[in-house]
Amino acid sequence: MMNMLVQPSILNNQLGLGSGDPILTIISLLSYLFIFVFIFYGQRIQMYVMIREVESSLFKLKLLKEEGRKTAIETINEIGKPTADPSSKVDRYLEYFTIAPQNMDPSGIVHKLDHILDVRDERLKEEVKLMAPASDEVQVYNLENTLEAAMALNFIYKVVRHYYLQGKKTLSLYTIMQLQMILPLVMKEAEAYSSALKAFAYGQPIGDGVGPLIAARLMHGHEVRKVPKDCVVATVPFENRTALVTKAEGPGGNVGKPGDAVKALIEENRGKISAVIMIDAGLKLEGEALGEIAEGIGAAIGGPGVDQYKIEEAIMEDKIPLYAVIVKEDIGDAVSMMRKEISNAAEKAIERVKDVVKERTKEGDQIIIVGVGNTIGVGQ
Amino acid sequence: MTNKAASSGSSNKISTFVLAVTYITLILSIIAIVAGVTAFYEGFIEVTAYLLAIGFIALALSGYYVFQSRKHVATLKIETPKILTTIECIKCGIKSTREFQRGDYVYKELDKCSKCEDTQVITAIYREPTLKEKEKNPTA
Ligand SMILES: [Zn+2]
Repeated sequence: MMNMLVQPSILNNQLGLGSGDPILTIISLLSYLFIFVFIFYGQRIQMYVMIREVESSLFKLKLLKEEGRKTAIETINEIGKPTADPSSKVDRYLEYFTIAPQNMDPSGIVHKLDHILDVRDERLKEEVKLMAPASDEVQVYNLENTLEAAMALNFIYKVVRHYYLQGKKTLSLYTIMQLQMILPLVMKEAEAYSSALKAFAYGQPIGDGVGPLIAARLMHGHEVRKVPKDCVVATVPFENRTALVTKAEGPGGNVGKPGDAVKALIEENRGKISAVIMIDAGLKLEGEALGEIAEGIGAAIGGPGVDQYKIEEAIMEDKIPLYAVIVKEDIGDAVSMMRKEISNAAEKAIERVKDVVKERTKEGDQIIIVGVGNTIGVGQ
Repeated sequence: MTNKAASSGSSNKISTFVLAVTYITLILSIIAIVAGVTAFYEGFIEVTAYLLAIGFIALALSGYYVFQSRKHVATLKIETPKILTTIECIKCGIKSTREFQRGDYVYKELDKCSKCEDTQVITAIYREPTLKEKEKNPTA
């Protein structure tokens, strides 16, 4: 009997409802409410937190994009001395797109892609010349690079916004979650493009330019001639061998077409080339030191793959060995202003190239050394 | 967020709303703590415990949020790195460094060297690592 009467009050006490103090009762009721809210709406709350995160990144992307556009317009006004306001033309330029060739039947696709990229390049350069009539050749190249970086920022912003709005509209946790997961990488890339844009606007060398920088160090003081397309070559005595050193023509922002250049050089010296050495900036993994040198085999060249294909084709006929020396840097360093460590790594890379040449070729041999990358801010 | 930021975009409406809620929570948490201390002097030990617990939890949450938004503002500021140009006379090896000027490029020939009659050449253009990068990678 006693027990049964006592029990409800014990229960009340344990639930925190029966102590008599109204404040305590309210507090314990509230804590139950919290538990149930989190059980049923936990995922939704998590989603709103994620949406907030994406929102703030999107906001930052918008700032970067707008700053990029502003820098581009300012640079055009400063260098190009346009007669009319270039803003509307810049906006049109930022929306420019390129359609890759159909790959259902992939045979011959490289040449199609090559052609499409040529047309695009020519078209964009003409557009820049119209926007900035007072600019010289070098400045046209730099302005084109600046606008391309602005274009990339614009594109990243629009894609992230698309998935953000779609996720918000459908309230799909998985759309938002995927976006939130890749955002740190996207932001890193956007920041890299943003600093690249400033480097391009001022004509400063970027991290990717370490290949051309090394080539320039080797060819400086020797006679330089042009080779197709947008490349230069110098014949340089190198460790008792003859090196044909080639790079994109500087100092305008330009990657040239090393594929065509190597092909032309091999054809000029049919059967005489005993090695091709390519120097490029290579992507470093987290934890690896900036400016570390590594060597390997194969065509060290990025981009859409056209030049890699051409170089591999060109060396096949004479079965010329292809060596690669890379300077390690991360994506942020590669497209932003060249860091001191990378500039200093050029000397170390030259030493490594010398080692490769001494080990892999005989005295009196003829070799090709290619400095791959964007040669902005690096002459010859 | 900066003032410029607050004037544009729809995303800011939510951010000001959340900010208002945060500040109200902050004030309420401080009131709860003060009430808790008063309750302690009046002898309600249990009430004190509850009020202090609620006060500190709310304080921690709103404080965390304020700290978070501060961090966002900090990352929005983009550091302008220092770009340096190294000028060298190849013949006598005299090196000097100055700030980058528009039109500079590596292997650009400049005016004559002050010692010999050879032309000076730009041999390097680079940027000093920012403070953040130095912290991240002190060996480099
Ligand atoms: Zn001198």
